[in-house]
Amino acid sequence: MTRRPLRPGRGFGYWAQVLGAHAVLLLYSGIALFPIVLVVINSFKERRSIFRTPYALPDAESFSLVGYQTVFSGARFDLYFLNSLFVTGVSLALVLLLASMAAHALAEYRFTGNAFLGLYLAMGIMIPIRLGTVSILRMMVALGLTDTLWSLILVYTAQGIPLAVFILSSFMRQVPGELKDAARIDGASEYRIYGLILPLVRPALGTVAVFTMIPIWNDLWFPLVLASSERSKTVILGAQIFLGQYVNDWNAVLASLTLAMVPIIVLYVIFSRQLIRGLTQGAVK
Amino acid sequence: MGRFRPFLLMLAALTIAGSGFAQSGSLTIESWRNDDLGIWQDLIIPAFNAHYPDIEVTFSPTAPTEYNAVLNSRLEANSAGDLITCRPFDLSLDLFNQGYLASLNDLPGMENFSDVARSAWVTDDGSDVFCVPMASVIHGFIYNRDIFEEVGVDEPETYADFLSMLQVIKDAGYAPLVMGTTDQWEAATMGYQNIGPNFWNGEEGRRGLIEGTIGYDEGGFVEAFEALAAWRPFLPDGYQAMSYPDAQNFFTLGIGAIFPAGSWEIGVFRPLVDFEMGAFPPPPPAGQDTCYISDHTDIALGMNANSDNQEEARLFLEWMTTQEFAELYANALPGFFPLADHDVTLNDPLAQTFLNWRNECESTIRSAYQILSRGTPNNENDLWNVSAQVLNGTLTPEGAGAAVQRGLESWYPPQQE
Amino acid sequence: MKPTKRFPVHLVVFLAPATLVYTVFMIYPLFDSLRLSMFTPLPDRTETFAGLANYVRLFTDANWAPFLWNAIRNNFVFFAVHMLVQNPLGLLLAALLSSHVVRFRAVFRTLLFLPTVLSIVLVGFIWRLIMSPIWGISEDVLGLFGLAHLNQPWLGLEATALVTLSLISVWQWVGIPMLLFLAALVGIPDELIEAARVDGANAWQVFWGIKFPLILPTVGIVGVLTFVANFNAFDLIYTTQRALAGPNFSTDILGTFFFRTFFGAQLQPGNPTMGATVAGVMFLIILGGVLVYLFAYQRRLQRIEL
Repeated sequence: MTRRPLRPGRGFGYWAQVLGAHAVLLLYSGIALFPIVLVVINSFKERRSIFRTPYALPDAESFSLVGYQTVFSGARFDLYFLNSLFVTGVSLALVLLLASMAAHALAEYRFTGNAFLGLYLAMGIMIPIRLGTVSILRMMVALGLTDTLWSLILVYTAQGIPLAVFILSSFMRQVPGELKDAARIDGASEYRIYGLILPLVRPALGTVAVFTMIPIWNDLWFPLVLASSERSKTVILGAQIFLGQYVNDWNAVLASLTLAMVPIIVLYVIFSRQLIRGLTQGAVK
Repeated sequence: MGRFRPFLLMLAALTIAGSGFAQSGSLTIESWRNDDLGIWQDLIIPAFNAHYPDIEVTFSPTAPTEYNAVLNSRLEANSAGDLITCRPFDLSLDLFNQGYLASLNDLPGMENFSDVARSAWVTDDGSDVFCVPMASVIHGFIYNRDIFEEVGVDEPETYADFLSMLQVIKDAGYAPLVMGTTDQWEAATMGYQNIGPNFWNGEEGRRGLIEGTIGYDEGGFVEAFEALAAWRPFLPDGYQAMSYPDAQNFFTLGIGAIFPAGSWEIGVFRPLVDFEMGAFPPPPPAGQDTCYISDHTDIALGMNANSDNQEEARLFLEWMTTQEFAELYANALPGFFPLADHDVTLNDPLAQTFLNWRNECESTIRSAYQILSRGTPNNENDLWNVSAQVLNGTLTPEGAGAAVQRGLESWYPPQQE
Repeated sequence: MKPTKRFPVHLVVFLAPATLVYTVFMIYPLFDSLRLSMFTPLPDRTETFAGLANYVRLFTDANWAPFLWNAIRNNFVFFAVHMLVQNPLGLLLAALLSSHVVRFRAVFRTLLFLPTVLSIVLVGFIWRLIMSPIWGISEDVLGLFGLAHLNQPWLGLEATALVTLSLISVWQWVGIPMLLFLAALVGIPDELIEAARVDGANAWQVFWGIKFPLILPTVGIVGVLTFVANFNAFDLIYTTQRALAGPNFSTDILGTFFFRTFFGAQLQPGNPTMGATVAGVMFLIILGGVLVYLFAYQRRLQRIEL
């Protein structure tokens, strides 16, 4: 192997690398986007064009909104969207708050049972909460919470805590001790110290937020079992039921897929700027 | 949950009573028929309310694939609706035996249903009936008349005619039989159970299985697998990955000639096709005078035994035994044929074609539904699997029969002797 | 860590809410369900204690054992595809995205993670459409490379269905390892890399000699998370192949086997106690994987650091 220092603007090898890196990223972006784009463009075409010219953009002849008309007459996606937004938002806030508090305690204080509690809380990472469905449903009935969004929020909060505690506590352990000791000497309370540490683990919070939010938004099972009434339907359940009902109507299928995808994509694109900033600033070094 | 149960139930009763969940005079219907939401909301419930304006009815369907699981969870948690759509035979019988479905022996109007119509929703000794039969579905073949005329073929009389007709259609460049195997159930339901009764002589063969006098590995049951295997060259390219909705689109777009069907397709296809449709019953083997069709009791409605609105629920069920409901339902859902003894006229000619076969052929139901799917392995699931494999060419007809028989013999005493 | 002296009220305040919600809504229901695996139902809807009889049945009965082993084997294939394709691909993409020579990194990052934010229900449905012979997309894509004649009904053949589904799952989830690797890579101090560069190492050598050893803890986390996620997987196969996981159970993994047993399928009634038993086996397998990670992988890493 040749040992040549790599500096910007030097040599054939350098440019080949730059080109290769971009080619790989472009190719894979294409693979990632192709199915999504295909669904979106065909959702705006009439039935025969979907099958005959799937790759063409809709034109004057093939353009049709019939799928969207079916969707809007058959399902209340605006309501489903608000439900999903509420459930995801509240659960996410609760997970971040409760888990960061617990993670802080686990990372910061030495007490009897620390290791045990850490293991106990981490255990949930490896068990699918679905196994407990029947018991959960019985409990929700007892609490009078069936067909409410709060039943989902409680389950999702419980489900999100283990991974969040696991990731956050390992990040919090890396926060240098001098910082906290200095604050303590200045007379800061333990709660104030928690408040001090939180901004320092922003990248971890961002990662946890993404990993918590996605499965909650996308869950099908618990909305199906706990809250399947029309007024408490989430987007995914609404889409699933709609898809089941109109499964052979490709216009409606493609339109509802598009409608179910676009909000989360938009949310993600907005959110990802924050996430990336947190990640790249890398407060913990 | 054991020890907490009484406490939780009390809490549940309190909260439910307090939440207005159980308003008097309101009914919720659990169903897997999410396709029918509009029909219930716009036709059936208003017709019922014309008689009983004070009873508010909500039709609350779940996707068919999740229905059993979700219904069971809800029943266990006592959060299920007042009226429960009944699957035929053991699934509903189980619910009755567990005390979730109420007995309907004394429901006025039940006398409008014959023993055959009730058979899917009675206890084994016939002493209790627990669902009001709603409809049966009939199997056969729906075809594209335009293609038939263009190619110059006619409805087949015998199974041999059928196969040679498929060859003619294939030579003309159309996909003769439109069906895929990826969802599996079509291979068993629209394939094996559709053509099979002609080979195992309908009820005679089906009862023979239950009594243990014949097995899936002999006689008509193997012949039916052989007849099914003959479809292989006539299925569309890539049929192994073709799903049920794919096949529906393939047919309604006019690129395939014949759809092995259940009568429920009529209502699905009507708005999608721009050609004339016809239908013919499964053709019997040459030289057999009697023809047999699968006229499968498919759907009924029962009452949640723990419902708080039993009085209203019974009024609804009673109304479902009337001529008015039978006619309304049969015409709103062409292809779902009423089971009550009323004379019903059908507006859809294709649905009428299917219904006429009841007079020409002997009726039977799917072979695995009564009693035989009680054990492990499940007989119906086995049939799905092997029927799909026979069409995929990964199992011979004899191998398929032997595999299903092995599963049945492993737990079903009459077949063990 | 700081030892606490007086009664630690703040400790309770910090720990109680998370522990409580987690215990009541996750651990209790899970153990209540696992308890079921030691019971067998009686006709009158009650259950009687059966010890390990259900487990013996699951591992020895001819109606159960072949399905269990089939599901376990398929699950390991599913896992292997993720380890061999998803995680190396995630690492490659993360390496490229953390490289200073790449332009529009934020745009690429956003695009590459996009499939991961979509619901499995939607992803399963979209790929079913794309793989559908009636739309013919997979044939056209192969046609781009002149390979149209190689097109197969990928999801319909026993030989290809499982790998195809695994790759669809990789398509969706590659964003997760990519993000984790990326977070680790950008956390590496620039001075270390600069020092190596000054010594004349090229990008390849810098990556394998400096960066990769530093992100080994993340490699371990990605591995164990992949293992846990794969052995809990269910939705994708359920959406595309339904509860019977066809053709001929070639795509049946533990998640679908559990679902079918617990909730039933078509005429097969649900069997909560046997379902709970399958869940118990899943639990043990996952526990085994996590223990291997904790005791073998992490220990060794710590020794290296020392």
